[in-house]
Amino acid sequence: MTGMTFGYVLVRSVILIMLLMGAFAYFMVAERKVLGYFQLRWGPVRVGPWGLLQPIADALKMVAKEDSAPATADNLIFHLAPAISLFVALGAFAVIPLGPTLHFGSFTLPLSVSDPGSGLLFVLAIASLGVYGVSLGGWASQSKYPLLGSLRASAQMVSYELALGMAVISTVVLTGSLDLYKIVGLQVHLWAVIPDILGFLIFLICSVAETNRAPFDLAEAEGELVAGFHTEYSGFRFANFVIAEYINMFTMAALGSLLFLGGWNGPFGPSFWWLLLKMAAYLFFFIWLRATFPRIRYDRLMNFGWKVLVPVAFLNLIWISVFVALGGWR
Amino acid sequence: MAETTVVNMGPQHPATHGVLRLVLELDGETVVRCVPEIGYLHTGIEKNAEHHTWQQAVTDTDRMDYLSPLMNNLGFCLAAERLLDLEVPPRCRYIRVLMSELSRIASHLVWLGTYALDLGAQSVYFYAFQAREAILDMYETVSGARMNLSYIRVGGLQYDIPPQLPGMVERFLQEFPRWVHDFRALLDDNPIFVGRTRGIGLMNAEQCMNFGVTGPSLRAAGVAFDLRKSAPYSGYEQFEFDVPTRAEGDCYARYAVRLDEMEQSAAIVRQAIDGLPSGQWRSPDRKITLPPREELKTSMESLIHHFKLASQGFRVPAGEVYQAIESPRGELGFFVASDGGTHPYRMHVRAPSYYNTQALKHMLDGQLVADAVAAVGSLDMIMGEVDR
Repeated sequence: MTGMTFGYVLVRSVILIMLLMGAFAYFMVAERKVLGYFQLRWGPVRVGPWGLLQPIADALKMVAKEDSAPATADNLIFHLAPAISLFVALGAFAVIPLGPTLHFGSFTLPLSVSDPGSGLLFVLAIASLGVYGVSLGGWASQSKYPLLGSLRASAQMVSYELALGMAVISTVVLTGSLDLYKIVGLQVHLWAVIPDILGFLIFLICSVAETNRAPFDLAEAEGELVAGFHTEYSGFRFANFVIAEYINMFTMAALGSLLFLGGWNGPFGPSFWWLLLKMAAYLFFFIWLRATFPRIRYDRLMNFGWKVLVPVAFLNLIWISVFVALGGWR
Repeated sequence: MAETTVVNMGPQHPATHGVLRLVLELDGETVVRCVPEIGYLHTGIEKNAEHHTWQQAVTDTDRMDYLSPLMNNLGFCLAAERLLDLEVPPRCRYIRVLMSELSRIASHLVWLGTYALDLGAQSVYFYAFQAREAILDMYETVSGARMNLSYIRVGGLQYDIPPQLPGMVERFLQEFPRWVHDFRALLDDNPIFVGRTRGIGLMNAEQCMNFGVTGPSLRAAGVAFDLRKSAPYSGYEQFEFDVPTRAEGDCYARYAVRLDEMEQSAAIVRQAIDGLPSGQWRSPDRKITLPPREELKTSMESLIHHFKLASQGFRVPAGEVYQAIESPRGELGFFVASDGGTHPYRMHVRAPSYYNTQALKHMLDGQLVADAVAAVGSLDMIMGEVDR
């Protein structure tokens, strides 16, 4: 942080938020397109060429919609919850480096808003706050389906965070650092996924559950709970939840690529584009899952989390520790 | 017991297909009690039929089970023909079987798609509807309508099948195994799908019979009861097919039975289209069916028949009859009574969905909300048929 003035950070934050919003908007279109092709249909084609103006239409619609709240809702918390979700999602992304630090002569430009040195810890800490937005939102709605949805969400996110954290720790053990720049720097020759394939798979599964995506989208489970925790939300507040969900996906995709897939390392030297490519592949996997699998049942999800993922993550951690003790990858 | 919550699932809910309302008493996410509420789609179809002529009443029946309208047409027409003591020509019977089996496939495809969607598998929904599209195209080719066909009429059919239909059926029969293969690949061994359906919504043979549950749900409990075999109608005895059954009586068994049934139906369609006899496609009885259009200009008698049939309709001898057919959902029975007039005196429909729905109350006890969705979907009810 040395040398950075408050204004400098602010400008970078705003740029990042703009970037994320743009990415969200176009990832949404991409998702609908890809899902469409999976499902023998076209996806959005009406607004603009090839449906490219769809996000603008969606955004206009969301903003123009009535902002309604149930009469019995807890007003303060009901209105605060979507903001918490979005704030947390954006906050977690702040420390994620999107590429190697750029040098223009004497001027250096790191591609993250901030680099606290132990960025990974910060991501995990702030991402675990995300559950508050969801559970408070559903609870404050004072309505039955949202309550069920938020109960599911809390239980699910808390239990999957454990396995997720352990998968992340395996990389930390492997690289001996909590600094995302250093973790990526150490993967120049060998990606962490090679010794830590199990950790990567656990991370992959947990990141789907953590972001409440199909087949683990139990918190919204439209076939069962109507729309789960955000049943009572409309307009812009609903959009906040959706944006938060997608930015969380970006965070998870970035984290997965940085921790396990070598980040911005790749053939022809490190580049921002490699990370982008890896994230895109990661996100494509999210969509692929959504197109293929039915929704898993709530109790089975919990069983799977506690009885399979957590023990396996523990064993994996032991294996990685042994691997490092035996000399690691150097 | 802990405090319970009452949740209204429906009449507006993504998983209840239409307007079924389930009053669920929940302890956490466990269903303590379930009361199905029907009546949100009551349209008075049975009563309406009393105000229509026999031929017009066919169009009322379309609107009950709107996923297999031809089956309803067939049931009603068979009942009316029994009262009239009328034999339809073999070609007509074959076409009826052909179209019935196509509509059984179409109906099961909709079921498969929506069921998969209920469980969260989106893509199957689109694949199933795409496969069904070919059948809807055939509907359109034969009758001009895609949904409420009224193609099967008392005394025969609306038209003969057009010359391009056999080719369409042929193409469909070639594509269909690939679709079924895709469905099986996506669902049969999918651990999530199996986990959501196996052992869920259990109903054994005895319970099924107590509730009057018929169709695939009964066959999934191990009872090989199929009216096409046990009380053949419309010449089904001439076709070779199996009645698929499963012993487990759970949602997965119902899924498996329906997939097998689609394949059997495809086999029947194959036999019907290959063995399609030539000859008349409706009864030559001019007191019942309209005379050919071109005769109207030359034959006074035809003109009179046409006028009488179109303005007043034919009379049906007094009496009452119960005719049941095997619809995609089970035993679809038509009880019709005639007082000798041109309108049915009473039409009562034994709608399979109605009987299957009452089993829900029993099926859901102690299950999770997610299982309630799986169980409701597995019964394949059509609310239009439940409420009539």
